[in-house]
Amino acid sequence: MIIAATLAIFAAMALALARAVLGPSLYDRILAVNMFGTKTVLLIALLGFLMGRPEFLDIAIVYALINFISVIGVLRYSGSNAFKHENIADETIEQSASRSDKWTP
Amino acid sequence: MNIVLLTFLLIVAIAIIRTRDLFAVTMLLSIYGLLSASFFVTLDAVDVAFTEAAVGAGISGLLMLVAISITGRKEQSAKRKPFIALLVVSLTTLLLFYGISDMPYFGATDAPIHNHVAPRYIQDSMGEVGIPNIVTSVLATYRAFDTFGEVVVIFTAGIGVFALLSSSNAHSQAKNIIPDQNSMDKRHLVIRIVTKILFPFILLFALYVQFHGDFGPGGGFQAGVVFAAAVILYAMLFGMKEATKVFSQSLVQVVAAIGVLLYASVGVATLLLGGDFFDYNSLASDPIAGQHIGILVIELGVGCTVAAVMMIIFFSFNDLQEQPKADNNKEPEL
Amino acid sequence: MDTLMNFLSALCLLVGALICVSGAVGVNRFNDFYTRMHAASVTDTLGAAFILIGLMLISDQFIVIAKLMIILLLGLIVGPTTSHVLAKAALKNGLKPNIPEQSRNDISKK
Repeated sequence: MIIAATLAIFAAMALALARAVLGPSLYDRILAVNMFGTKTVLLIALLGFLMGRPEFLDIAIVYALINFISVIGVLRYSGSNAFKHENIADETIEQSASRSDKWTP
Repeated sequence: MNIVLLTFLLIVAIAIIRTRDLFAVTMLLSIYGLLSASFFVTLDAVDVAFTEAAVGAGISGLLMLVAISITGRKEQSAKRKPFIALLVVSLTTLLLFYGISDMPYFGATDAPIHNHVAPRYIQDSMGEVGIPNIVTSVLATYRAFDTFGEVVVIFTAGIGVFALLSSSNAHSQAKNIIPDQNSMDKRHLVIRIVTKILFPFILLFALYVQFHGDFGPGGGFQAGVVFAAAVILYAMLFGMKEATKVFSQSLVQVVAAIGVLLYASVGVATLLLGGDFFDYNSLASDPIAGQHIGILVIELGVGCTVAAVMMIIFFSFNDLQEQPKADNNKEPEL
Repeated sequence: MDTLMNFLSALCLLVGALICVSGAVGVNRFNDFYTRMHAASVTDTLGAAFILIGLMLISDQFIVIAKLMIILLLGLIVGPTTSHVLAKAALKNGLKPNIPEQSRNDISKK
């Protein structure tokens, strides 16, 4: 059963990788990397059980923390002007639609 | 399983080369580091996977992110096709393949490394050193001199970055005090509270990894990186002023130097007590206890230096980023 | 007792793996960033919880159970926070959600 779960996690990682390579905007890629990270944590835990070495769980903890810190770093440095998202394709639709109504969060 | 991971690595490598957007490249590099860590896990190399996960996937990505937020986001397209470089690289690859074909097969039992060096370490390590983790014993006892070189290299890298980037600090202190705009606003309450909760646990985990390196994966390098990651997280969210209240620039530099000095002083102490350089048997009356003391102190030195150097590099980059762009707080209209 | 634990663990692992794979498929098939964020964060956290509980049920040493519990707690704290932070960053930096025309008119009419 653990082997089946490991294969399923591999498949999920492959799909997340596809989104990371394709993703049209920047934030799709960040999302894909974050998802890849949590899947790697699960993969390491499963591999640790498969190979009979419970020491792998330390790596899983470290990896979960590092994943978190990387995404927070992305937020922190995306405030600078270099990373403003450029809505080139649908600029006119947004402009025409948002003149009358403001989309309030 | 190895084939699947290697295929992933290849796909990610090709994607890294073809993408022009440097931010996406940083993300892909972080995935590359993760895949390498998983690969090391399947090869049953736990300590290396640990270090690769902490450094390659986390800290390198973060530092590169800071760097490209200073420089720019698009990669410049090459002016002309470098054919001569391609020729040189292909020639080197062919020569490397020719050289590799002479080496014994991966895992062959009659290779010299499996007959002389590795069995001695594996069989004698428990008797001579007395700690279960052979990687730590090789790193800290049998190859202590190489590890000393590594620590000095890390320290030199930290000094280099500090020397190159701190010349602009004098300018920023001469100007008026720019309001602390590189911290998150008070509106980001969720992440601030979560960070405050997690911060002591991350530090505790770093200490656990440091001192548990004898029995499980870990040791000085990994612990230093985790410690520095915690401090970097705090500094990113609460601003440099808050972080430097505890870890001021001078303290961090002193700690980096202390790490290297601790390591070297163990070697000098063994010399003074009558043994060879870095021969821990002479540190205590019982050689095994001497080994334990020696390994403990040098791992502490390594951890101090690695943590301090990571913090130096991050703080230097961060100071460089504070100066331009005073109108960052304008929120785009929705 | 032992076979019951094995059966429960296999069930948890299966459910967790299915949730993870469906989340990955969702990330690929949705066509807007914010909906992809839904797929990624919800399924990630839930799938991870199931898989870790499944692993906890078949482990025998206490230290392994404790470490798995720590990973679970960490995942539960870190996962939703990350998605919150990411969505907030995307919104602040100008990535607008893709509201279809009909709902946009409904919103404006209120």
